[in-house]
Amino acid sequence: MKVKVINRSANEFTRETNQDIHRIKRNYDPNLHPFEFAREYKRALNAVKLDKIFAKPFIGCLSGHQESVNCLLKHPTSLPTLISGSCDGKIKLWNLINKKCFLTLDAHQTLVKSICCSNQGEYFFSIGDNTIKQWKLVKANQFENLIENDVEEDEDSYFVPVNTIVSKHLLTQADHHLNKPLIMTCGEKCELWEENRSIPLTTFEWGSDTICNVKFNPVETDICVSAVGDRGIVLYDIRKSQPLKKVILKMRTNSICWNPMEGFVFTAANEDHDLHTFDMRNMTKPLIIHKDHVSAVIDVDYSPTGKEFVSGGYDKTLRIFSVDNSRSREVYHTKRMQRLNSVVWTLDNKYVISGSNEFDIRIWKSNASEKLGKLSRREEMNFRYQNKLKDKFSEFPEVKRIALHRHVPRHVYVQRKEKQAIIASMNRKERNIRAHTKPEKLKPIEEERKKSVIKEEI
Amino acid sequence: MVVKVEKITPKKSNPATTDEVISEEMDMIKKKYLRGEGADLKALKDKKLQGQLAVKEDLYGKSAAAAAKAEKWLMPSEGGYLEGDGIEKTWRIKQDAIASEVDILSSRKQFDIVLPDFGPYTLEFTPSGRYMAAAGRKGHIAIVDMQNMNAIKELQVRETVRDVVFLHNEQFFAAAQKKYPYIYSRDGTELHCLKEHGAVLKLQFLRNHFLLASINKFGQLRYQDVTTGQMVSNLRTGLGRTDVMQVNPFNGVLAVGHSGGTLSMWKPTSAAPLVKMLCHPGPVTALAFHPNGHLMATAGMERKIKIWDLRKFEVLQTLPGHCKALDFSQKGLLATATGSFVQVFGDLSGSQNYSRYMTHSVAKGYQVKKVAFRPYEDVLGIGHSMGWSSILIPGSGEPNFDSWVANPFETSKQRREKEVHSLLDKLPPETIMLDPTKIGSVRPTRKKEKPTKEEIEAEMEAAIEAAKNIPMKKKTKGRSKPSKIAKKKQEAVEKAKKPFLEQHMKKRKLTDETQLPKSLERFVRKKAVA
Repeated sequence: MKVKVINRSANEFTRETNQDIHRIKRNYDPNLHPFEFAREYKRALNAVKLDKIFAKPFIGCLSGHQESVNCLLKHPTSLPTLISGSCDGKIKLWNLINKKCFLTLDAHQTLVKSICCSNQGEYFFSIGDNTIKQWKLVKANQFENLIENDVEEDEDSYFVPVNTIVSKHLLTQADHHLNKPLIMTCGEKCELWEENRSIPLTTFEWGSDTICNVKFNPVETDICVSAVGDRGIVLYDIRKSQPLKKVILKMRTNSICWNPMEGFVFTAANEDHDLHTFDMRNMTKPLIIHKDHVSAVIDVDYSPTGKEFVSGGYDKTLRIFSVDNSRSREVYHTKRMQRLNSVVWTLDNKYVISGSNEFDIRIWKSNASEKLGKLSRREEMNFRYQNKLKDKFSEFPEVKRIALHRHVPRHVYVQRKEKQAIIASMNRKERNIRAHTKPEKLKPIEEERKKSVIKEEI
Repeated sequence: MVVKVEKITPKKSNPATTDEVISEEMDMIKKKYLRGEGADLKALKDKKLQGQLAVKEDLYGKSAAAAAKAEKWLMPSEGGYLEGDGIEKTWRIKQDAIASEVDILSSRKQFDIVLPDFGPYTLEFTPSGRYMAAAGRKGHIAIVDMQNMNAIKELQVRETVRDVVFLHNEQFFAAAQKKYPYIYSRDGTELHCLKEHGAVLKLQFLRNHFLLASINKFGQLRYQDVTTGQMVSNLRTGLGRTDVMQVNPFNGVLAVGHSGGTLSMWKPTSAAPLVKMLCHPGPVTALAFHPNGHLMATAGMERKIKIWDLRKFEVLQTLPGHCKALDFSQKGLLATATGSFVQVFGDLSGSQNYSRYMTHSVAKGYQVKKVAFRPYEDVLGIGHSMGWSSILIPGSGEPNFDSWVANPFETSKQRREKEVHSLLDKLPPETIMLDPTKIGSVRPTRKKEKPTKEEIEAEMEAAIEAAKNIPMKKKTKGRSKPSKIAKKKQEAVEKAKKPFLEQHMKKRKLTDETQLPKSLERFVRKKAVA
């Protein structure tokens, strides 16, 4: 007779001391795990509900400006430093850690239209009163050290501009080249400046309208894109003397941002409430149109991963879009926040900062329910598991409903309803026209994406 | 005699063949974790979706392979077994012989507790097999820690106790007493009296749904949610008094055996039984489910034990013998008991053919009331009129437990954490259904797909062929003339064609109407609706 029975010694399955971790044994036999799919579904449901419970995106507010905040700039090398320019001509440098302003500059007589800086972060440039002013840039902790050590000369050097260039034309915006000492300004014309010279190197012109926005490509660094008042988007190569191409949309573009990871893709924030993501190689139609705002979109900024971007506009909300999705994944609003002038996605991919009309700068989490701070390993594993579950069950009706539901302020809600009614009525009209037109006279149905582009010029 | 035999190690002479053997074995194990065939992706029209799903299917395959590998090499314990030498029959081996062969710790699991005053006893183990509740008919309830054989609590309720079940962990148990079922905490404090249930004969607890199911003297089936106290459903079986009730661990469906020989299966969300099947000509005396949910064993008064395939609702096998109590072990052994005689059947050949594996007789005159395999151990608990006994059945238990499912070595902190998690994962009663794999699958489209033109033509051709080949009867008086036969055949062909042609005509008519310009459609005369 051969016989053996199951025999477990407790030592093998229990920990030796209190400091040890518990011994966990797994057996994946399906018989031991009945209802696995139903339980997973339940867990996914719990995960999306927990996400809703922990969605507390608002972190804090930077108040101190005496006028509406017009432009924001993130420091290229220091995460806690933020630069903001307001409509009373003041520029403030903020320490995001203690949410305090450590430096205030009387930069311009009228509004600060734009701020930009190079990738090295030694200087920054401000545009206002049709002048370009160059300022020394300092990191938050660096400046606090200076004050502690009482180095006055050094301190004072930050309050006066290093260099001032007066332009003959109107200036609205500027952007700095990624690594060369070049600045591209826009206004009546697009002008390329060298940092220290008072005459522009090159001038680009296409039409006579005011150019309201210009951005250098962060990957293909000599390429530049601008938004023109005649509803156009123009591409430039600074190595050439002429602009590359122009595309005219239905409405004016307010701001443009390049995708930092896919250098040929940019997103334009448009007056028609939508954001258009273009591939610069083929601009006959946008890659995707992002719809959800109910009023003009003023500013847009990409996350450093290039997978998402944030936009803010005149509907007093901030929205976060995924680059490949036409609907926003997140909407942020507060009762007091007014129209947004500027949005910034920080370089650690964790926060979104917005500057708005009622003088305040607000800091938000980019992922509303994310837990801040260092996670323990168990927490991290659990969050990963939950994310996977949410992903797996994302198309289930109940999960989808909970995940997508957002409370929006009444004015947005009403305007959205109104917009829906308008679109429905237009569609109905189109349908009726098609129904009552002779088949030989019917035009082919125009693609939705193509509707927003009027023509492309080269 | 050999005491402990290591698993036969593969011979090292030919490494290629051993590799093949291992890979074949791995394929066998992998099949279990694949949970059925993969989807047929080639049928999809959407290329993008096809690609995405192909990646997913690949991942499933990989994870199944990883699980199979883990099962093959990482499992800490090996299962038990019992083999006879030569012509020695396993069912002739006595418990004493086994006790002298196994190690001391295991031999301690063989015992008899004699409690002559309060029997017969019914038993219930926690899913981890660590704790046991025993309830004597005369009111004696005991909770025992089986690992160190401590009686945690003993209480005397001084009235009839018909059944006892643990709730979600060993901290709470429910006892079906003379008039009502009660819920007690582990220290014997009465927490709830569930008056709505009435005089309950049998209790079952659905662990994943937190439902306490009971059947009372009037054949009423009640489901109560023990977390909220809500009575989820109250069903009339309408088939009389019975105390044969068992929950299918695979899908949560409750089966009730009736005195008329029928067996009905219930879920809390429907008032009519899901299944009603006639299993025996006489009363059903006992009932058990295999842990994989595909096998069911029933015993009838007519001295028959039947093993059913629940996927086809067919009898796989009929075993002779009286039976008062039945239970399946985790590894699929079937224990049956009648009088003082306990018999264990096993599917030894692996072809779902149950044959005698072990037998045991408790002392003469004891009446066995309940047999229950202890999970994760090779132990069978027997509740009888004079107390309870425990015997060793090698190969009955699952050797490897999953700490997140049932951990016999659970600490109180782990237990508390698990309680919270299991409450978070509590399933709604709607998830109980005959085929739980339906959850998460896509509902098939209600419309039948229209046959294509070619299919219709092929069908017509086939019908014509069939009509041509109908043999003609020989008839008298010139009625079988070749011309007549030809005419008849022609008629038959026409008749076969007719329904297809009619369909075609109907379609053409419809298309004629739809060819009007859209703006004129509203002027078309509408047909009266029949």
